[in-house]
Amino acid sequence: MRPEPEAATAAYVAHHFPDLRTQEHAARLGMWLFLATELLLFGGLFTAYSVYRYLYPATFAEASQHLSVAAGTINTIVLITSSLTVALAHHYAHHGKGRRAALLLLVTLGFAVVFLLIKAWEWSHDFHEGLLPGRYFHSTELTANGAPMFFTLYFLLTGLHGLHVVIGMTVLAVLMVLCWLGTYDHGYSTPVELGGMYWHLVDLVWIFLYPLLYLI
Amino acid sequence: MNELMRRMLFLPEQGSAYAVEVDHLHFFVITVTMLGAFGVAGAALLFFVKYRRRRDRQVTEHVEPRAIHEVLFIGVPLAFFLLWFAIGFPLFVKLQTPPKDAIDVYVQGKKWMWKFAYPGGPNGVDVLRVPAGRPVRLLITSRDVIHSFFVPDFRIKQDAVPGRYAQTWFNATQPGRHQVLCAEYCGLGHSAMLAEIIAMPPAEYEAWLAESRRSTVAAAQDSPEDRVDPRTSLAEQGRRLASEYGCFKCHTVDGTRHIGPTWLDLYRKTERLQDGKNVVADEAYMTESMMDPAAKVVAGYQNVMPTFQGRIPGPEVAAIVEFIKSLRTDAVRPEPSKGPVYVPVPGYDPSIVR
Amino acid sequence: MSQSLDTTPPSSADEPAYNPRNYLNAEAGAMSWLLTRDHKRIGIMYLVLTSVSFFLGGFFALLVRIELLTPGPTIMNAMTYNRMFTLHGVVMIFLFMIPAIPGIFGNFFLPLMIGARDVAFPKLNLLSVYLYLIGAVIALYGMIHGGADTGWTFYTPYSTTTVTKVVPILLGAFVLGFSSIVTGLNFIVTIHTLRAPGLIWMRLPLFAWSIYATSIIQILATPVLGITLLMVAVEHAFGFGIFDPARGGDPILFQHMFWFYSHPAVYIMVLPAMAVISEVVCASARKNIFGYKAVAFSSLGIAFVGFFTWGHHLFTSGQSTLDAGIFGILSMFVGIFTAIKVFNWTATLYKGAVVFTTWFAYFCGFLFFLVFGGMTGIALATVSLDVHWQDTYFVVAHFHFIMVGGVIMAWLAALHYWWPKMFGKMYPERWGIVGAMTIIFGFNATFIPQFLLGNYGMPRRYYSYPERFWPLNVASTAGASLLGFGFLLIAVYLLWSLKWGKVASANPWHSRGFEWDTLSPPPVENFLSDPIYTHPPHDYTEVPSGAAEVKHAT
Repeated sequence: MRPEPEAATAAYVAHHFPDLRTQEHAARLGMWLFLATELLLFGGLFTAYSVYRYLYPATFAEASQHLSVAAGTINTIVLITSSLTVALAHHYAHHGKGRRAALLLLVTLGFAVVFLLIKAWEWSHDFHEGLLPGRYFHSTELTANGAPMFFTLYFLLTGLHGLHVVIGMTVLAVLMVLCWLGTYDHGYSTPVELGGMYWHLVDLVWIFLYPLLYLI
Repeated sequence: MNELMRRMLFLPEQGSAYAVEVDHLHFFVITVTMLGAFGVAGAALLFFVKYRRRRDRQVTEHVEPRAIHEVLFIGVPLAFFLLWFAIGFPLFVKLQTPPKDAIDVYVQGKKWMWKFAYPGGPNGVDVLRVPAGRPVRLLITSRDVIHSFFVPDFRIKQDAVPGRYAQTWFNATQPGRHQVLCAEYCGLGHSAMLAEIIAMPPAEYEAWLAESRRSTVAAAQDSPEDRVDPRTSLAEQGRRLASEYGCFKCHTVDGTRHIGPTWLDLYRKTERLQDGKNVVADEAYMTESMMDPAAKVVAGYQNVMPTFQGRIPGPEVAAIVEFIKSLRTDAVRPEPSKGPVYVPVPGYDPSIVR
Repeated sequence: MSQSLDTTPPSSADEPAYNPRNYLNAEAGAMSWLLTRDHKRIGIMYLVLTSVSFFLGGFFALLVRIELLTPGPTIMNAMTYNRMFTLHGVVMIFLFMIPAIPGIFGNFFLPLMIGARDVAFPKLNLLSVYLYLIGAVIALYGMIHGGADTGWTFYTPYSTTTVTKVVPILLGAFVLGFSSIVTGLNFIVTIHTLRAPGLIWMRLPLFAWSIYATSIIQILATPVLGITLLMVAVEHAFGFGIFDPARGGDPILFQHMFWFYSHPAVYIMVLPAMAVISEVVCASARKNIFGYKAVAFSSLGIAFVGFFTWGHHLFTSGQSTLDAGIFGILSMFVGIFTAIKVFNWTATLYKGAVVFTTWFAYFCGFLFFLVFGGMTGIALATVSLDVHWQDTYFVVAHFHFIMVGGVIMAWLAALHYWWPKMFGKMYPERWGIVGAMTIIFGFNATFIPQFLLGNYGMPRRYYSYPERFWPLNVASTAGASLLGFGFLLIAVYLLWSLKWGKVASANPWHSRGFEWDTLSPPPVENFLSDPIYTHPPHDYTEVPSGAAEVKHAT
């Protein structure tokens, strides 16, 4: 194993940190805390979903059948795979293989685009069937009380999630460029790690959304 | 002693036995609070005087608490808190469990009045008559936004929530009058949403009830402002009142444009005003237009409407608004309603076949 | 020997010595402030911004009180009044109470107290200021266009159906929430990773412990408020009907979600105040805190238990009786942690060497008002007493006792205690005492009548009221005018002192809090050499050696 190049890493350490190790530890801790806030943000919507699911169990079950399980399943596979590619990207960045890392990030972005396209298809399908939130709901098939509520929550949950996918994509795109330029190596690859963590959160939220909205 | 403390603390009269019990807990808590606060202040003052700084850089001892200190710091307050909870919570449970022989009264809060209805009996607006000495259960809901039914004399309060019923109860010990105030902010008329409970001697109450169940009802209401006939629908009364107050001189009900905007389909319509802004014609807007017509003048109309401030009492304003709301070409409302069109029952899903 | 004073001219630390090369004059020009990463400059920016907000919120309050001088209309109509109390609440809570003490004193002093050169993420720190500004501007836009009339609690369905400008106020609060989250995140990471050698957790200044507890609440609770307000905004704008009974929604769900944040939020407001008091009491008495562990852990206790008490805002709303009982008893447990602090602070004065200063006067005010206000909270938690008091002026008085009598007294104590450190100037002590007396007297005159009004039965948010409430309202308004005058007085002499005040020494109070071990005002890099800690803070057991009062270095 080659020795730590002191001069190279010193450039990455900010003036208020005693050393790189502390700085990286701080960065990771900060990201974990931020992810906790994101979980609580979605938590509010999950709470609302739970409450209304409890109030309208049969209606919600029936309404979820109007969603495409196929689309949801494909999207789940797509996102889980993208988490794999982003983890691999960090692995390669950490080992100084910037170009390979950038390619893997590109693949991840590709998966994200596929996810969004499928989502867009689902949403337009719902628009046509009148399965819209709140006062815009005008389906002829689903007429029970809780049906508009299901779709209100569906659009809020998947919309907020989609927004986070877009934010994640932006972050990963920036990292992709930096990886390609050879910015990261054994001494310093924290940004890629943090970007990957954010992407894993986006994936994790979907893994909870999928069964709640599509399967039960 | 009870009376002295009640007056010192500005508490209203104790209209029920429950109110007396609540006040006793109050006196207990406030006395200990005063003693505690002044005790702490006194200790601080004592220490400040005794341990005044004598030299600029005076050295002090390092003092650590012994376990007993923290035990007392925790234990003494905790003992009081638990005691107060042990007194106060069962009292609350008592308030939440009306006696089986209570008379039921339905209460509906609505911007900005209280409507009362006896099952199988008369209705009332802003006046509730009950027999003294008998428990009365109130089943409270709202027609639009959240209100709160607050009777200071009885120390009771319960929010009126649209889409559900809540209950509370009281037992007025003596005949008397007790004010009702709305205690949940609900818009312009929140502080004007006052009502009155009239507790009557039981014999008088029975007589009034019997009388009001016959057709001659008009004289039964005490409130001189209350010319609303509880037997007919509010919208029908509104039509009659609008005619009496001369509204139809300027407003039509069939869509024709006249001196003022037509009332047909006015409710929830987005009106464009003279200053270019838009406003949704809801209850608040219609009420404001009656009281302060110059505030929002619809574009294309003259500012000639007189003000009815002080000329139309609250219940009549409500009736006129209800009448305007009933003037729709289409019976189905596609926009969000001001009040529930149905009352969903939590836990009941009609699509489940049992 | 304190290392950081090594390079100063050989004079006693008692002599006035304005540090010529400090963070204020290190760089000049607007851009050096607008793009600063220096936590001290960021603290000053928060001071300016939150103080402006404070006076704006106070202005709205004064208008409300003037309107309440007579039972009927006095100077405005009902719609305007409803907007005034809403804006008073929104501005005071979101633009002042939540950001002020952490933003000003947390930012300025946390790194100094732990021997760090800055917070963990200086750029994020700057971002938090800009998020504050953006949120404030969005809310201001709403205010200029009339503002909301819902009360700061935005209860549905009123807030989703009223025609006033609710959405900008909601969005402004949403953005301000992010500022709060970023600040909290920064402080937690800073305390975990940037403590100087020797600063073990049990030597951490109590200010840092309380700020740490505050930060935990900030990051866990604020996102829930964010999503809740977003849902209300979306429902108001598009009619989605999440809380609309006509669409199958439940208005009480909003209350649960709103208070899940907003109750812990009051601990976001009070814990930093308690942080200040822990420092101030030790410096006043020249003594170590009585019960360091108890005070430190009680902060964590408040943060933790405070998350489980929100239902006490819903005692009359329509939750189950069992829920009411659970929330009531848990609310009492939170009070125990405060009791621990109060007794330990008072006991700190025992065998101390107490001196009366302006900031000690505020400490006294804080102590009394916190006990009184806190006990009325316990009284409310007995549930049956709350049924009478809910939504009346009793509750208004209760929370103003804690927020004004508690938090604002602590804020004023902090301002006066740390003024020499931040600006190198002394405020005029005589005027300070006059200001403190005015505030304390005015405060009592404003809010004690409100307890009585609540007992009497006057509900909140009342534009007009029955005549029997008239005298108490007049008394309260008179007090409020005095209180307002007191704040103006303080602002005037503090601003005056910036230019014409006496020059301060590095440590005019001879305090042994760690933040005093540097020059006044501090240099940009905080310390001239890296500190190492061998003693806990506020250790006054040894005679000071040489010039230095603070002795934490080896």
